[in-house]
Order: sequence, then C-alpha cells, then structure tokens
Amino acid sequence: MIAGFIAYAGEIHEPAHLVDGGVLAQYAWLIPLVPLVLMFAIVFFGKRLPYKGWELAEASMLFVAIYGVALLVMNANEGITHEGSIEIARIGSYTIEWGWVVDGLSIMMYAVVGVVGLAVFTYAKGYMEGDSRYTWFFAAFTLFAGAMLVLVSSANMIQLLVGWELVGLASYLLIGHYWEDHSNNAAAIKAFLTNKIADVGLVIGVIIVGVTVGSFRFGDILSAVSAGDSALAQVAFWAGLALFIGAMGKSAQFPFHVWLPDAMAGPTPVSSLMHAATMVTAGVYLLGRMFPFYQSDLFAADVKTWIIIIGSITLFAMGLLALVQDDLKRVLAYSTVSQLGYMTVAMGAGAYTAGLFHLFTHAFFKGLLFLCAGSVIHAVHSNNMSDMGGLRKPMPWTYRTFLAGSLALAGIFPLAGFWSKDEILASISYDAGHGGGAIASVVLWIAIAGAFVTAFYMARAVYLTFFGEYQGQAHPHESPRVMTYPMIGLAGLSIVGGFVNVPGLFTGFTEWLAARPLPMGDHHAESIDFALAATGLLVALAGIAAGTRVWRRDAATQRERDRFRVPLLYPLLEHRYFVDDLYRVALTDPIKGPVARFIDWTNTYVIDAVVNAFGAVAKGLARVVYGGFDQRGIDFVVNAVAGGTNEAGEMLRRTTTGRVQQYAGALFGGAVLLVVGLLIFT
Amino acid sequence: MEMFDGGWGLSLIVFLPLVGAGLVLLLPKRQESAAKAIALLFTLGSLGASVLAVVRFDFDATEQFQFGTDLSWISAIGSRYHIGIDGISMPLLVLSTLMTVLAIVYSWNHWPEPHNPKAFLVLLLLLATGMNGTFVALDLVLFFIFFELVLLPMYFMIGIWGDRTKIRLPGFRREVETRLYASIKFFLFTLFGSAFMLLGFLALYFKSDPHTFDMARLAEAGQMGLFDGTFGAWVFAALFLGFAVKVPMWPLHTWLPDAHTAAPTVGSVLLAAILLKLGSYGFIRISLPILPQQAQDWAPVIAVLAVIAIIYGSLACLAQTDLKRLIAFSSVGHMGFVMLGISTLTDVGINAAVIGMVAHGVITGMLFFLAGSMQHRYHTREIARLGGNMKLMPVIGGLLAFTAMASLGLPGLAGFWGEFMALLGSFNPLDGLSLTVFRSAMVAGAIGTVLTAGYMLWMLQRVNLGEPSDEWSGHDLHDADGFELAAWVPLVVAIFAIGVFPKIVFGATNDAVSELVRRAFGG
Repeated sequence: MIAGFIAYAGEIHEPAHLVDGGVLAQYAWLIPLVPLVLMFAIVFFGKRLPYKGWELAEASMLFVAIYGVALLVMNANEGITHEGSIEIARIGSYTIEWGWVVDGLSIMMYAVVGVVGLAVFTYAKGYMEGDSRYTWFFAAFTLFAGAMLVLVSSANMIQLLVGWELVGLASYLLIGHYWEDHSNNAAAIKAFLTNKIADVGLVIGVIIVGVTVGSFRFGDILSAVSAGDSALAQVAFWAGLALFIGAMGKSAQFPFHVWLPDAMAGPTPVSSLMHAATMVTAGVYLLGRMFPFYQSDLFAADVKTWIIIIGSITLFAMGLLALVQDDLKRVLAYSTVSQLGYMTVAMGAGAYTAGLFHLFTHAFFKGLLFLCAGSVIHAVHSNNMSDMGGLRKPMPWTYRTFLAGSLALAGIFPLAGFWSKDEILASISYDAGHGGGAIASVVLWIAIAGAFVTAFYMARAVYLTFFGEYQGQAHPHESPRVMTYPMIGLAGLSIVGGFVNVPGLFTGFTEWLAARPLPMGDHHAESIDFALAATGLLVALAGIAAGTRVWRRDAATQRERDRFRVPLLYPLLEHRYFVDDLYRVALTDPIKGPVARFIDWTNTYVIDAVVNAFGAVAKGLARVVYGGFDQRGIDFVVNAVAGGTNEAGEMLRRTTTGRVQQYAGALFGGAVLLVVGLLIFT
Repeated sequence: MEMFDGGWGLSLIVFLPLVGAGLVLLLPKRQESAAKAIALLFTLGSLGASVLAVVRFDFDATEQFQFGTDLSWISAIGSRYHIGIDGISMPLLVLSTLMTVLAIVYSWNHWPEPHNPKAFLVLLLLLATGMNGTFVALDLVLFFIFFELVLLPMYFMIGIWGDRTKIRLPGFRREVETRLYASIKFFLFTLFGSAFMLLGFLALYFKSDPHTFDMARLAEAGQMGLFDGTFGAWVFAALFLGFAVKVPMWPLHTWLPDAHTAAPTVGSVLLAAILLKLGSYGFIRISLPILPQQAQDWAPVIAVLAVIAIIYGSLACLAQTDLKRLIAFSSVGHMGFVMLGISTLTDVGINAAVIGMVAHGVITGMLFFLAGSMQHRYHTREIARLGGNMKLMPVIGGLLAFTAMASLGLPGLAGFWGEFMALLGSFNPLDGLSLTVFRSAMVAGAIGTVLTAGYMLWMLQRVNLGEPSDEWSGHDLHDADGFELAAWVPLVVAIFAIGVFPKIVFGATNDAVSELVRRAFGG
C-alpha cells in the first residue's frame, strides 16, 4: 500500500514555504476511513456496548477533531500540500482512484467537521436519550460525517461524487429518522431527490472535465487550468455551469433550496451538523476546490456572473422567508440558506478566502444556534415559537449561548460573523471595481440589505423565544450538561472564531487556505475598509433595533404575526414564493400521476396490443394452415396444468418438448430456405 | 488443477448441472431431500469449478480465450464443440453458477405451488446448463443451442409454478391465468427473436469462406470487411432482433414484466440475474466483433432505444401497484444503461455494460428474492396494502432498503459503476458516431437516474416505512430465516464488494474489452 502513495509533484508558486506534511499527511486517509469503519462497528456491535454505540460515534469524531486540529496547527506553521492516491480500478484509459488531499482547504474542513461534529455528537447523547432507534441513529450520524469527510478528502472527482451521494444517503436516513410518520419520509425523499436532480449537473460536469483532461484528479485538472489547456477551455463554460448546478443542490441555492427547510423533520442534532459542517457546505467547498477554474478568464469565468446572481437572490429572498416562520428550526433553516447565499456570492465575486471564511465561522454559530433550538424544543416539546417565550429565566445557558450565536450571525462586532461578513462585503465591493461591473454593485447593496434582514429575523427569534411570557404547556427546564457544554464550547468559538482573519493585523486564515499546490488567484482585503465595515455594522444594529421595536414588548403572542401582514408580500412569503407548490403541481405530481400512468397504459394498450394482435394473427394463420394444431397444443398445456395432477410437470416436459422440437425443426428448415434466398438476392 | 489445462474444466462447469438433472430424474419422487442434496451438490460443484477457473485464470491475458476446448462435433456443417472464456465472459459465468446455487439454497424450503421439487429441480439444473453454456460457447451453433435450452425450463417454471391469479387482458374475451399468458408470451416472444437470430447465424455461415460457425474466425472475416454492405445490415438486424428481445430493449420488452411477475421467486431471480444478460452478452460477443461496420451504423439507434428504455422503464415503474412488477420494470431501465454502454462502442462503455450486467444480476436478483419472501409472508404483492414492513420484519426491510439503494445507483454499491461509466462513455463515443445523439443520450440517461431514485424511494416509503396497517396485526410474520439469509448474504457481500472495489469486475474485463474494441473498431 505504501507504494501507492504518490506525493504531489506539481509546481508550487505561492506561498513559497509549502511542505509535504510528513506522516500526518500520509495517513490522512484515516480521517474518512475511521468514521466509516466505526459506522459498521456500530451497526453490528453497537447495541451490546455500554453506551449503545454512542461511544464509537463519539470516538470517531474525537479522532477526526484531534487529527484535523493537529493538521490545522501544522498548516499554520508551514503550509501543507499533500496528495496521495491508490488505484482502485482501470477502465479504458481512465484510472479510478481512492485519494486524499491534505491542503489548506481540506484541512480547514477536517477541523470544522471534527470540532463541530464532536460538539454535536456529544450533545446528541443527551438529546437522543430514550430514542427507540438510538444505536441506528448514531450509525447513520457517523455515516453522515464520514461521507462528508470522503467528499472533502477526495483527490479526484469520482471520489467526490461518491462522498457527495453518500452524504445525500445519510441525510435521507437521518431526515427520515422518525419514519413512522409519512410527512418525515416525504421530507427525506424531497431532500434526496432535489439533490439528485442537481447531481445530474455534477455528474455531467465531472464527466466533461474528466474526459477532456483525461484524468479525474483535481491536481491534474487544476494543472491543466494553470497551463491554459485549450481543450478544457473550450468546454469550460458548460462544465463550470454543470458543476455549479451540482453545488446549488447541496448548498441549497435558489431554486434548489426547497429541500433544506423541510429537512427539519430530522432530529435537531442532524440539522445542526447538516447546516454547520456537513452537507450544505459541500457545494461551497466544491467551488473552492475548483476555484482557479472559475477564476481564470480562459475558463469558466463567465459562470461567475451566474454564481453571484444566484447567490444574491438566495441570500435576500430566503432571508425574508425566515421572517414569517413560526417554527424556530425553520427560521434557522432559511437563515442558513441565506448565509449560503452569502458564501456563494463571495465565490462569484472571486473571493475564495471570504467565502470559505464565512463557511468557517458560520459552522460554529449555526451549529450552536441549532443546538440551542434543540435544547429549547427538548424543554417545551414544540418547535413553534408561539409555544415558547420567556425562556430566558428557566434556561439561562441556552439563552446566553443562543444570544451569542445570534449576535455572531447578525454580524455584530467583534463576534465571528462580523469579520467574515465584512470580508464578503469588501470582496464584492472590490469586484464591483474590477470586472464585476454593475451586477456586483447591485449585489453589494443586496448583501448589505441582507445584513439588515439577518439581524431583523434573529432579533425576532430571540425575543419570541426568550422574552415575554411563556406560552407553552410543558414545564421548561435547562438541559443537562451533556447538552449545554457543547453549546458553551461552540459559543466560545462563535465569539472568537473571527479573530483568525483580521485584515491588516492577523491574516492567518488567509494563509492557511492559500496552502494549495497552485495559486488561487483570488483577492482579499489587505486592510479593513472602515467605511464598509461601519456600514455593515450599522445596518445590522439597525436590524436589531427594528426587531426590538417590533417584537420587544408583546413578544411571543399571536399578535406578532399581524404586525407583519404586509399585503402581497406576506402571502408571498407565507407560501414560500410558491416555489414548492410550483414543483409539486408542475413536476412531481404530473410525473408520478398522469405521465407515469400514461406510460404504463401505452405498455398495455399500445405495445402489448400490437404483440397480442400479432399473436392472434399468427394463431389464426396456424389454425388455417395446420388445422388447429396450435390450438390443440396450447389447450393441452392449459388442461394439463389446470388439472394439477402430480405428474403434470413430467408429462408436460415430455409431451410439449416433443411439440417444440417439431416446431423448432420447421423453424430451422424455414430459416435455411430464407437464408438461401437472401444469399441469392444480395 | 489439471482439469483446466486439460481443457475439460469448463465442460465440467457447464454439464455438472445436467448430470445432476439426470440423477434427480432417476430418483423416486418421494425422496425430496435426496433430490435437493443432489441438486445442491452438483451446482456447488459447478460453482467450485468456476471459482477454480477464476483462480487459475491468467489475468495478464484476459483478452485471450482460456481453458479452451475445440473438438470436432457436427462435422457435416463444420460446427465444432468450441468453448473457452475470456475476461468478458468470466464474470458472467461466475455470476451464473453463483446465482444457481443461491436459487437452490433459497428454494430449500420455499416451494411454490404445486410443490413437486423433483421436477422443479430438474428444470433448474437444465436451466443452469443452458446459462453456463451460453457464456462459454465460441461456436454459433453451440451458442444457439444453449441459448435456446434456457427457454424451455423457464417456460415450464413460469407455466407450472407461476402466479395463478386471473387477469383480464385487452383483446382477450375471457380472463386468463397470469402464468399461462406470461409463459406463452415469454416463450413465443423469445422464439420469435431467436428465429431471426438463427437466420443471421446461418447467413454468416454461408457467407464465410470456408463455411464456419466459429466466432473467432467469423470475427476475423468480419473485421476484414467480408460482411459489409446490405448483407451485413440484414444480418445485424436479424441478430439484433434475437438479442434485443432477450435484453429486452424497448419496445420489445413487454414479455418481461409479465414473465417476471408471474414466475415463481427463483424463476424471477434467474430470469433477471442471468437470462437478460444472454442478450446483451450476445451483442458484445457476437454482433460487435463480427459485424463492426454495421454496429457503427446501428449504434445511434441502439443508443436512442436504450435511452427510451431508461426513461420509459422508470416512468412505468412509477405507475406500478404491484411490487414484483415494479422490480420487473426497473430491469427495463437498468438494461437500458447496459445497452447505452454497448452502443458507445468504446472500451469505457462496454466495460460499463459488463459491470452493469453483473451488478444488475446481483442487485435485481436480490430484489426478486426479497419480493418473493415478502409475498410468501403477506400473500400479496400489492404495494398499497403493505407498509411499515420495517416494523414487522426489520431484517427483510433493511435488506430491501439496502438493495433498493444499490439499485438506484448509489456510489459505493455495485449499481453505480455501470450507470456512471455508461454516461461517461456516451460523452465520448467511438470516433465517427454522432456526438449530438450520444451527448443528448448522456443527459437523458442522467435524468433517468433521478427517476430511478424517485420510484425506488417512493416504493420504499410505501412498502417499508410508516405504520403497518391493521390488516397484519395478529399475523405471524416471521423475519428472514436461515435459508433465506444463506442465499442473501453472498449477494449483499457482492453488492458491497463490487461497489467499493470495482476491480473485481474491471480487472477481468478491461484488457479483454480494450482488445475487442481495438480489433473491431481500431479504437
């Protein structure tokens, strides 16, 4: 196996001090493998263990977290790039490989998946206590994280596809965890199929790029980009668009966003991991992995216009939807879609670091917010904010951590979200002046307006949940420590996580991410644009102020809904812009119903009618020619079988084989005649 | 070990089941256990010999026919007993011997009515000889005999042990029993196809000089251009009919849903796992090498029909109310991917076709086993009456979910490689083929995977999930028993192993396919 390790041998431009990473990088294939192996261990032995398999799941995340952080620290000292591959099969001129990439981008993802995963898995022990499929849950949960690690560690596009779809499978299993209720199954299927539709794009993109370059390795593909490969340049637009469609599915970009809010049907820890570290980040990750391909003018740079437009629609339109939700998890879900829009916009603006930086900070505060939501739901036995209110006092730690997460998400100085959102605003502003043109200028305003909406709906969530009078029936209480500690840990990261990248002061994160074999060609701010930062901050504060004004006083009463009944807009938001309905009415219902039934009808009444008519004609001819031979033969079979005598099989075998031999004999003779004729006439 | 070098190892694989059939036939009818034991022993012998063949197989020369025997047989027409396997037929041969053993293990205590294990086993063993023989035959007459030999046992299996419910069919005045309609339709449909196929074989024989039925020599002649022109076009069309019915390709597929639905469980399993492959194998082994020029002319047609099959089959699946019929229709779509791979005439596409055939064999075979076991317990196949199966039978339900995931082409399981590589092949078909047609086919095929996922997931939701209906409360619904698990575990392992490590198949096929493509199309 050691012979299979192939270190990356490409040219290295920048930064100059990249190293191979040594043993730690060579064994990085363990990062996806350990969770996958432990997943099987949980399935087969989990129930017999003292903690019913949770300990194995937790161990796998602990392993990934330690490994990921160790690599992160190493990478912070000296940039690492390492690529290893083992051949799995050859097919024609293509090689199918299992590979692992250890570079700035994948290391960041390992660390995020490991750390957030560790927090969520710990929390889930408390949250899932008493669940009837406890062991199975942790098996699927470990698969979820393991599949994401397969995805981010992949050194080639086929493996990426494998991880990509396995993430989809795990999400299907977890969203439909409570499968006794068909509405959960519907949500699970919606998630799987929406992703599968977008995956058509990914599959086509992978095929176009892989076949054109002749290799599926990211290393080879990006080298071809850097060398200006003309064959790849010719197909680059379509390939780039197809890959972006794949990314839109996983990262829930409009119009593929519909699955994510419904995915709330799964247990809350699933939502937490799904929205923070695994699954929805996959699309942004893919754009990051292929970044030079989109950045270079020779290649898919034209697609960036689409990326920035789709991202900006998503970030604003979906943010508004968060305003009208009563289900706390749905508020957070639409918020995630909106934040993913920010990341996508950054990628479209050519800002690799900014987009992934927001992915990094968002993972902490969104993971945290979902854990807090789970803690609240656990306490009040309802997802709806109309059953909450006033929880600040009975649940102090949940309140404090939720507040920290909300402020971070709203982008309040100096919490994590402030820094990453500012970086995105700065990058759009830069793009507006350097090739992005009018579109980027408009998008900048949309992004700033989005910041207001973000702060506004988070203020609403905080007030409706934690302020005012308690509206529910159950007796709320603070969650056990196994749940609050992970929340506190993530709250800490949500507060300080942004300091890893302060333009002009400490640009660690930028350098960590730049540890790639080839330069990314992105742009990032060298110093803080104080005017823009202040604008962003003021807009966010204005959002909070507005939220306070609207929801502070009589929070958590049904009257809050009425305050927002803006004509036209409110019905539009309440029906989610009718996008879900449109898909149902125009796509799934017709295909499942009339179209499928029509196809089945043609099978019986068109194709088979021809077949049966053919049979009838042949039978009629036979009756004429052979005087009922055929008829008697078939009737004989019918009678013999219907009689059900013990010897039916034997008799049939003897008698009818005789007939068939005669038939075959005649057939053979006829065939010879026909062939002779054919030979004479051709 | 000597037997393979001596050249009779393959004959052992083919004829051991036939010998077993003879012995079972001699037994008194009452001695059921003895009949089962003999059948199992002889098919195990056949499986063991095929495993030994794999062990002894020279993987550095997969493009050559190994363990060959070439004896004079019917000298009057120059037909010879010529057999051998290369990297393309080897995986299919192993699949065939394995599925036969599993079928016998499964049927150990699952006998369809009207019982009579003796007759059933004789037919099964006969079927095994036909299937194994088709994959080793290198002479067209021999191929035809084995190909047709398969027909009879399956006809009786469906006709005698099949589904007895009466159905009303358009164009029939009275209601007919499903099994009778299905078995006769299956028989005549296939015979119709193979009559043309035989015609094609004879035409090739008479055209070749000296007259021969030998595949290798015909391929050489064909690649020299002997069969070009109108003659070749007619011959290709004739062979196409024979193989396309068997695959089955749209619109010649309508025997399949009826036959699969009506057949007893084991019959459906073997029908799906092996019999369909005889058609696609025929394309790869006979049509492409012998008639390369016509293959290139026909390739776009095959590609279009394959894509129609993918979309049509998947949409038809969405409308099914019968679990077994749904699985049957899924074969139409899956074999569409196999044919799409073949139609690209590239090494990638044909490799995809072979792994797709193997994967479809284990996956759909497994699905039919499961459907059979569920029918055995619920006494219905109606999807609307099922539901909550996961609660009632967690093992069978779990396996159904696993296999359905494999069937929808989940990466990491066997079904993925055939689909993905077929799409990859159609992005870049053989030089000279229409890029527009094949790239459109790629997109349509990729959309087909969405529909496949759709019907599989909706099937799972309605059958496996939710709360079980009250109808089943109080019924004794036992979960999988030992014989069932013994038959299924090897398939689960295979589905997983091929998915994770496709070299199991590609390792054998790759060089063989590349050489075939190079010789036939110079690619």
